Amino acid sequence: MPAENQEIQDQPWLDPDAEPFIQIKGVTKQFGDFVAVSSVDLEIFKGELFCLLGGSGCGKSTLLRMLAGFETPTAGSIFIDGVEMGEVPPYERPVNMMFQSYALFPHMDVEKNVAYGLKRDGIDKEEIRLRVAEMLEMVELTDFRKRKPHQLSGGQRQRVALARALVKQPKVLLLDEPLAALDKRLRERTQFELMNIQDRLGVTFVVVTHDQEEAMTLSTRIAVMDVGKFVQIGTPTEIYEYPDNRMVADFIGSINMFEGRVTENGADHIRVRSAEADSEFFIDRGLSIKEGTKVWVAVRPEKIRVSKSSPDNTDENWLRGKVEEIGYLGSLSTYRVRLENGKIVDVTVSNQIRPKDGRHVVYWEDEVYLNWDAGSPVVLTK
Amino acid sequence: MAPLTKALDSGEGLGSYQQILVRVQHLLQAKWKTVLVVLPFFWLLLFFLAPFFIILKISVAEPLIASPPFSPLFEWTKDGAMTIRIIFDNYAYLWEDELYANTYISSLKISVISTLLCLLIGYPMAYAIVRASPTAKNILLLMVILPFWTSFLLRVYAWMGLLADQGLINDLLIWLGFIDSPVRLMYSHFAVYVGIVYTYVPFMILPLYANMEKLDLTLHEAAADLGAKPATTFLTVTLPMTWPGIAAGSLLVFIPATGEFIIPDLLGGGNVSMIGRVLFNEFHANHDWPVASAVAIALLILLVVPMMLYQRVQAKETEGS
Amino acid sequence: MQKKKSTFLLTVLCFGMAFLYIPMLMLIVYSFNYSKIVPVWGGFSTRWYTTLFESEEVWDALLLSINIAVVNATFATLLGTLAGLALVRFGRFRGRTLFGGMITAPLVMPEVITGLSLLMLFITMKEFIGWPDKRGFTTITIAHITFSMAYVAIIIQSRLTGMGQDYEEAALDLGAKPLRVLSDITFPLLAPGMVSGWLLAFTLSLDDLVIASFVTGPGANTLPMLIYSRVRLGLRPDINALATIIIVTVAVGVVIAGWLMFRQQKQKDREIQMAAAANK
Repeated sequence: MPAENQEIQDQPWLDPDAEPFIQIKGVTKQFGDFVAVSSVDLEIFKGELFCLLGGSGCGKSTLLRMLAGFETPTAGSIFIDGVEMGEVPPYERPVNMMFQSYALFPHMDVEKNVAYGLKRDGIDKEEIRLRVAEMLEMVELTDFRKRKPHQLSGGQRQRVALARALVKQPKVLLLDEPLAALDKRLRERTQFELMNIQDRLGVTFVVVTHDQEEAMTLSTRIAVMDVGKFVQIGTPTEIYEYPDNRMVADFIGSINMFEGRVTENGADHIRVRSAEADSEFFIDRGLSIKEGTKVWVAVRPEKIRVSKSSPDNTDENWLRGKVEEIGYLGSLSTYRVRLENGKIVDVTVSNQIRPKDGRHVVYWEDEVYLNWDAGSPVVLTK
Repeated sequence: MAPLTKALDSGEGLGSYQQILVRVQHLLQAKWKTVLVVLPFFWLLLFFLAPFFIILKISVAEPLIASPPFSPLFEWTKDGAMTIRIIFDNYAYLWEDELYANTYISSLKISVISTLLCLLIGYPMAYAIVRASPTAKNILLLMVILPFWTSFLLRVYAWMGLLADQGLINDLLIWLGFIDSPVRLMYSHFAVYVGIVYTYVPFMILPLYANMEKLDLTLHEAAADLGAKPATTFLTVTLPMTWPGIAAGSLLVFIPATGEFIIPDLLGGGNVSMIGRVLFNEFHANHDWPVASAVAIALLILLVVPMMLYQRVQAKETEGS
Repeated sequence: MQKKKSTFLLTVLCFGMAFLYIPMLMLIVYSFNYSKIVPVWGGFSTRWYTTLFESEEVWDALLLSINIAVVNATFATLLGTLAGLALVRFGRFRGRTLFGGMITAPLVMPEVITGLSLLMLFITMKEFIGWPDKRGFTTITIAHITFSMAYVAIIIQSRLTGMGQDYEEAALDLGAKPLRVLSDITFPLLAPGMVSGWLLAFTLSLDDLVIASFVTGPGANTLPMLIYSRVRLGLRPDINALATIIIVTVAVGVVIAGWLMFRQQKQKDREIQMAAAANK
């Protein structure tokens, strides 16, 4: 029982009685004829690190700007901590934002930038000084407090922007592509810093990003957006392992998809015949899909095994083809396998064994067998 | 104390200074945008737009030898009714007198040719500045802007010296043996063209430069890489992409040049008729305000299309970036 | 091929710059001519400068022009900045199209039309409300503000679009009310634009002959009006001296300003590079 309690505490969205911290109800935003956000509903809980993930123009930034108060919804309402935000201007909202450009005031030094928000709240000088010092300590910028933004590196600027938004102790911190302006190495380090800070302060983070890797590592939950709507909301594992539809499956990571029809629908299994793969698939889960329904069986490349000899069970879940391309990535290798009917299947294999004499076990033009566990594929109906 | 607070609450103490301050603050917070925009807006309505309606009114009035020298547009009859007198005589006069029609045509001709000459000189210069090294670019740009900060009038005056009978150009031509005795350069169409091109060429270079600088130079390399000869690259890539700059620069030269007064007056004298000079003289020498106003309105009608074009180009430039 | 192209461009640049600068250079050279007939060299002399400085008329005109230019530049910067702000930041409001039109039109409006129409306005106003009862300083200044503010507005507009809305939104987000954002963020960031706007308005005012000639009254002669009345009858060596002073002042000012800006930019670039390098 305690284990379950712990689970509910970590995942408040599973608790039907939990009070959501941010509520978005039927929100639509139109710019002229263009619908940027189309009637979306979302609940975010206290202490979450929530990611809005999607390509450019999917409406994620517009949603974030509505939370910040820079845009007002055309329809619907937004509640933060139980208060309807409606016409509340940005300067009276209990949220702060970290801009993609950081938007550090170029005519103020680091200290003044961080202190700016506190000064607007009419907090007394001594307290401002203390809180700013504490915050700069946390982001390790105490020595840089007298510098102007242009005298800082990209990573330092990012930290000033974070400190400036956090120092006001907002109920929600909005982050617009927080890591996009950093180079890859710095991005990975900063990612963990960001998670640490969030964990320590317990502030609810809402992050907008187009980078799925970033979303996967950072967040408690992800909402995948496309053309102004959510296509799936869930934990990173749910999104990756159990995508709801082809769009999400394709957007997050890479996946092999085989179109087919359900031939058998049992209580604990399902069979699919795919003309595209010229094969029969067996999935060991009962799914309520009628026989004859058109479905897509989707398998992640890393869940597929490659072997040069024919597998024992030759009835289901295997394919045969020729290796067309090999991508050696060091820790991993990717194989591009062409089936007899021309269909391409991607496979990722971790290189546990060092290739002998630099020669891989599986080589170009080799005839290979692909197979996977009956529990690995996902069956998608849309 | 209590009655006072009560009075404040009920708004009876409206006259009090504090109350007013609070009200002003409220007004500013709620309507600050309106408050800020009202000042420039009304300034322009009063000092830019209203004057046009006034000259429109005067252009349909009768000239009188009086002060002001035109008949009032509105007159009140004895029983208080208002009558409006509109006379199109001034426009009819412009239409019938060949002098005015010829002047309009000659103004247009001069400004079109000058605009083309400015483009011919300005385009390669702007292009050369864009292609220069960053340091050289700054210096060259400064050199193009510098004349703009000095006096327009004195730059025209400079050409009076150069074009004079004993001026530098005649001296040079004689010394080179092209001519035996000075030729008349001043007070000619040639002098006016030189003057307009000289003073207006920076107006052509700057918008062109601004436009070309935004151009991606790798596009030229891409075109070359795809096998386009320099001339083809210019015609198919550079020219179409610099079109907004060409339009802005040309309009910025053409419109003011059409109404130019100083250059035809100082360099063209009586031999070159341009509408700006006619208007100026009609007003200052003949004191015929209604005709001067009609000339102004006619000039405005002539320029309304290019001015609207300019506005569109300008709006695209500021909103596009 | 590349080489040939750059030779062509270099030639164009040299001829273009020569075309722009030789006339001004000759103006300066002849100001030191002893001869009264400008284009005929009669030996070196500074006597025309003495004549110029001794002329009370010139001093009066200069003073009037500078007074007008300063008042004009100040008001034009204020109004132009507000206008630029309204056009870029206030979104849609009633009369925006008309407002936008009235801001760009003075840039290209022929001076004769602006001058004549403003004069007619002043006369009509005097008839109806008795003001302005005397034309001169005030009327010229009003006329100058009307067209200079358009130039300022354009500068402010392009600066505002260039800097984007992030800074202002960040300030709003941190709890600053709109007016506070204006004074804390927008105006400080617009300051360089406002300075160039002021200088441009100042120069435009000093340069104007046509509009001032229309709206002026008896006794009020600006410097360009004085120059015009003298040169329209022919070349005058004392005007060459005046031109030299103006050109040299402007050139020195522009070069110093350019150099300062260049140095500042270089300093900033260096700091940016250092900051980037320090965080390897």
